[in-house]
Amino acid sequence: MELNKLDLFSIRLIAPEIILISIALILILLDLVIKRKETIAFVGVLGTLTAAYVNYKLCAMGWTGSTLLGMFAFDGYANFFKLIFYINIILTIFISLRYMVLEEASFGEYYSLILFATSGMMFMASAVDLIVLYVGLELMALSTYILVGITRRQVRSNEAALKYFFLGAFSSAFLLYGISLTYGLTGTTNLKEIASALQNLNLLENPILFLGMILVIAAFGFKIALVPFHMWAPDAYEGAPTSITSFMSIGPKAAAFAALGRVLFDAFGPMHVQWSSILIPLSVITMAAGNIIAIAQTNIKRMLAYSSIAHAGYALLGIIAGTHGGLSSMMNYMAIYAFMNIGAFAVVIMLRSKGFRGEELTDYEGLAKSHPAASALMLIFMFSLTGIPPTAGFIAKFYIFMEAINAGYTPLVIIAVIFSAISAFFYLRVVMYMYMKEPKAHVTLSTSPAIFLTIAVTAAVTLILGLFPSLLVELAKMSIAGF
Amino acid sequence: MVPLSWYIMLSAVVFSIGVIGFLTRRNLIIVFISVELMLNAANISLVAFSHYLQSIKGQIMVFFIITVAAAEAAIGLAILIAFYRNNPTIKVDEINLLKG
Repeated sequence: MELNKLDLFSIRLIAPEIILISIALILILLDLVIKRKETIAFVGVLGTLTAAYVNYKLCAMGWTGSTLLGMFAFDGYANFFKLIFYINIILTIFISLRYMVLEEASFGEYYSLILFATSGMMFMASAVDLIVLYVGLELMALSTYILVGITRRQVRSNEAALKYFFLGAFSSAFLLYGISLTYGLTGTTNLKEIASALQNLNLLENPILFLGMILVIAAFGFKIALVPFHMWAPDAYEGAPTSITSFMSIGPKAAAFAALGRVLFDAFGPMHVQWSSILIPLSVITMAAGNIIAIAQTNIKRMLAYSSIAHAGYALLGIIAGTHGGLSSMMNYMAIYAFMNIGAFAVVIMLRSKGFRGEELTDYEGLAKSHPAASALMLIFMFSLTGIPPTAGFIAKFYIFMEAINAGYTPLVIIAVIFSAISAFFYLRVVMYMYMKEPKAHVTLSTSPAIFLTIAVTAAVTLILGLFPSLLVELAKMSIAGF
Repeated sequence: MVPLSWYIMLSAVVFSIGVIGFLTRRNLIIVFISVELMLNAANISLVAFSHYLQSIKGQIMVFFIITVAAAEAAIGLAILIAFYRNNPTIKVDEINLLKG
């Protein structure tokens, strides 16, 4: 083989991943000697910041390219998603500290698994070879299965992990079979080489290759939670500890979007007509089912799960557009969604106190009377998730719809706008409960400086990006430039 | 020599058995074995293609799949045992706490 061609110096491009994995291993060892979990969490945050800094330095030096025999790309596209992942780890750790003590599941492994899952996501975002993509996906998925079931004395959490595990394993088998068919027909697993083989071997109309592509899309559909592959999402989101619900509604979804974007654009780029004809109906039923079923929910975590399904449907428009502009608006969407969703979950977490779950919508009745600040922040996040200006959620939807219209998918955008209007019903119902109902029971908020910081940061970013969208939009456009 | 198409047909049949088993069986252990069948169907076709194309990549992929499947089995059974301790059943129909 070409092992001698492995340029050891180019290994520097995976330095952020190496740092993250080393820190995750160190955390497991530290857990044996340090009893205070806050210290472990602090080391985890510090390690993440180091990885982010190294990643930034590598970008600033203008190093792009690939390593590991051309299987791992270090480019703006991957780095933009890695930025989302770093933010996701840090904010998740911040909202977990107090909450995991309340859940009586404050383990050191919790923090190390978050880092392992994230390094898997980073490999997915950077993978330009199906082998690396698969291994990254499994590293992410296996760590997330454990995180969902980490409160192992609660039957809900066990059941959520079980359902997530079985459907996740089922979907990765689909991915593998799709990869094997693609490999068999094109003779390679490298994304760029697959694209050139499609042209050279005249495979564009090949039904077996089409089947392989459908299987790969279905597997990513499971991870993104597209309808009809969404069955696990509401159960896993409801049963998992809330901090992990927040973590997995952003990380794995963004990673799967990153990988899906790269596979469809790089490898199956010449087959845009075929794959967009699969994704369009998926996107429509995802938006329909996500928004309509969310109306019937009484549990806020379950409602946010359906909302997250619906948001996946909107973000898919960016990929369907098939242009670089569409892809950058999808990246933009995932970044904004990360902030507003973590913020909403942080408020949900604050309602949890000893002996009180605070997950039912009725628990929010009259919250504005007893806790005006928390209610006002929840209002911002709910407005943003609906897509009402001047919040960032509006900007995210605006750019993605604009790019889809530019690519000529106007009917699809009209459908998306209609469902987006329907979504206002269940988001604003939370606001209505908070401001227009009388308090039913006395709710005590479990605040801590870390949660306060998280909510402050997410609310500030949600508002700032809503008022000055060019900050993020330009970054996304710049990142995609070399794609 | 056995032609390539026979291997591919074998792998397609094994994969289909796995999918049908996953969707129809009601015992979690059998469901889990069905997933393993699906993974191995992918392995069969990867090895067959790898030999036919005289390219090593498919076999490298198989090594990764086998390793990951082992990790997956460990985690899956651990989750199953954690579940069983709180709720002693392995029937799919009886795992219905979360719904709506």
